[in-house]
Amino acid sequence: MARMLLKGGRVVDPANGRDGEFDVLIEGERIARVGRGLSTDGGVKIVEIPTGLVICPGLIDMHVHLREPGQEHKETVATGTAAAVAGGFTAVACMPNTSPVNDNAGVTNYILQKAAEANLARVYPIGAVSRGQNGEQLADIAELRNAGCVAITDDGRPVATAMLMRRALEYTSMFDMPIIEHCEEQTLKGDGVAHEGFHASALGLRGIPGEAESIMALRDISLAELTRGVVHIAHMSARQTLDAVRYGKSRGVRVTCEVTPHHFVLTDEMLRAPIPYDTNVKMNPPLRGAADRDAMLGGIADGSVDVIATDHAPHHADEKHVEFDHAPFGITGLETAVSLAFDRLVHAGVISLARLVELLSVNPARILKVPGGSLAEGAPADVSVLAPDLRVTVSAAAMRSRSKNTPFGGWTLRGGVAATIVGGRVVYVNEQASVDV
Amino acid sequence: MKKDLLSIDDLTTDEIHLVLDTAEAMREIGQRPIKKVPTLRGKTIVNLFYEPSTRTRTSFEIAEKRLSADTLNIAVATSSVLKGETLADTALNIEAMAPDMIVVRHASSGAGHLLSRICRSRVINAGDGMHEHPTQALLDAFTIREHKQRIAGLKVTIVGDLLHSRVLRSNVLLLTRLGADVCVSGPPTFVPAGIERFGVRVSPRVDEAVAGADVIMMLRIQQERLHGAFIPSLREYFTTFGMTAARVALAKPDVIIMHPGPMNRGVEIASEVADGPYSVILEQVANGVAVRMAVLYLLAGGTEAD
Repeated sequence: MARMLLKGGRVVDPANGRDGEFDVLIEGERIARVGRGLSTDGGVKIVEIPTGLVICPGLIDMHVHLREPGQEHKETVATGTAAAVAGGFTAVACMPNTSPVNDNAGVTNYILQKAAEANLARVYPIGAVSRGQNGEQLADIAELRNAGCVAITDDGRPVATAMLMRRALEYTSMFDMPIIEHCEEQTLKGDGVAHEGFHASALGLRGIPGEAESIMALRDISLAELTRGVVHIAHMSARQTLDAVRYGKSRGVRVTCEVTPHHFVLTDEMLRAPIPYDTNVKMNPPLRGAADRDAMLGGIADGSVDVIATDHAPHHADEKHVEFDHAPFGITGLETAVSLAFDRLVHAGVISLARLVELLSVNPARILKVPGGSLAEGAPADVSVLAPDLRVTVSAAAMRSRSKNTPFGGWTLRGGVAATIVGGRVVYVNEQASVDV
Repeated sequence: MKKDLLSIDDLTTDEIHLVLDTAEAMREIGQRPIKKVPTLRGKTIVNLFYEPSTRTRTSFEIAEKRLSADTLNIAVATSSVLKGETLADTALNIEAMAPDMIVVRHASSGAGHLLSRICRSRVINAGDGMHEHPTQALLDAFTIREHKQRIAGLKVTIVGDLLHSRVLRSNVLLLTRLGADVCVSGPPTFVPAGIERFGVRVSPRVDEAVAGADVIMMLRIQQERLHGAFIPSLREYFTTFGMTAARVALAKPDVIIMHPGPMNRGVEIASEVADGPYSVILEQVANGVAVRMAVLYLLAGGTEAD
């Protein structure tokens, strides 16, 4: 059995109450021991972790579009998981809005097979709530679960009706499996393409108010209360939605939520500058106003927000090289999330490093009920080695994702990824971070 | 001047005055027996229209011809665009034939910006979605200045579908820049979010909005807005916001009434007002040619002194 000792470095493992200098011994695919001054005998590969680097349980991105099957020109499981490990993620949960939709075990198995072939990050498929994501009939949810789906969602659109959402929550409660909801009241969204406010008005872009999101979140929180089901609010963007989540949590409703890096970093001012009508700032939900962005930071700081997830949404350059109205919604996120989170959350004093690990690892594992989020002895050896002070200049061209649709190209950020270990295997090393493996 | 004219914000205040002053000289050309000067001889201008337009396209074309440019009109049906060639590819193809300027009208806001990033040719925005229509605002300002000898300090009231109007956005930018006191009025369903940040006053009571106005500018109401539940009926719109002689009487005695066209008589404006003595609607059309000649000339590198 291969053995590896990560020596030095700061271990941040909030699930086990650890934050300090520890060694981590990995045996095979599992964590064997975490302790100080672990003695080594022959046959152990020693990896010196330079001072200043952080060892934490592997990061899990619970909201990723891998696009396979059907949209391999945007991304594949192989390119998406390559992007994931380069971004410090040891696991991703992938959305079912592929072509065909992941609403049956055949598609789930296909994705898992591609993930096994790629053999990089772990891939947890998320199944559809409704057949074809059409919002009419429930998908075969037990079949999806048995095939390996960890949650269900109709992401890309909301669960169409209150009745279907009620039934889905009731039905999934027997598996204790979350429904991930893309909250959007579609008639209120209309043909909107940007956050409703001054900047969209000035550019003559049709607006989407924050209430398009919060109305649906309130519906789902009420239905989760009615059914005792579990709902997770995806890519929360509006301050009204955060209020809705706080209301639900205060009533003991089983509701959790996630925020994307772009929604805690950017605002709708990006519509106008530096590049007016840049289709790489078109996403759904849209970049909101400064008050919303600040509310997201507040929710991250006070614990109302459970998870940071990227909503990694790759699109081919041709698809984005069109009129703003006609461009698809979405940006990539896997390879920028850690740097943005360090720069804007940890170094900015919004949260501690331990809290960041909760948001990126502990909580996604808990919500999806997947292994990880912990460096306990016997846990899978999924480990992210982070470089909090690494200067990172974002280069879209250098990204591993097949698509380059990021608004962060050229940004210089403090904080990055040094190495990524999945199941005891080093799957990514950043040469800039001087970890010698 | 910047390379392109996509927004009023592409012009400095001095350049706005330069355009208006140059248009005075250009208007004189239109009054000659031979309405043509060789100024843009050898220049190629492509009028790329993705939306039907009579007034604006004709106006640009006449302006181009009076300046002796070689002009070419490309009218593209929007429906075929969605299926076929992208705007970017169309732009590259036109660009390959090396025109000097492209005048573009498009249903999507920001289409001109996309073109300007692709093309070396100068791009003039002849209306993009709900965004801007800068030459319309310039010709409106020219018309106002002609009647009032100034713009600073005038009370200008704009009434109608503020939300969907590119004419509104360009006029608000231009008129507030030149110091006018701009008041906008329309049903709240037609008021864009955050409009106060444009530096205008907003009033849903049209009588209050037109009181004491030097200029009343009407915006077109489109029939299809009934479907978006913006207004209950055209009849109710006319009774609540339509510009009637009784409403005009609330404004200054020497008020002028403007409309960018095409008008819906009996919807946003009564015929007695559209055809009344204070109406300058056809003067706007006439001035459009002179103002567009000025814009073309200045963008092509001319200065007033030439």
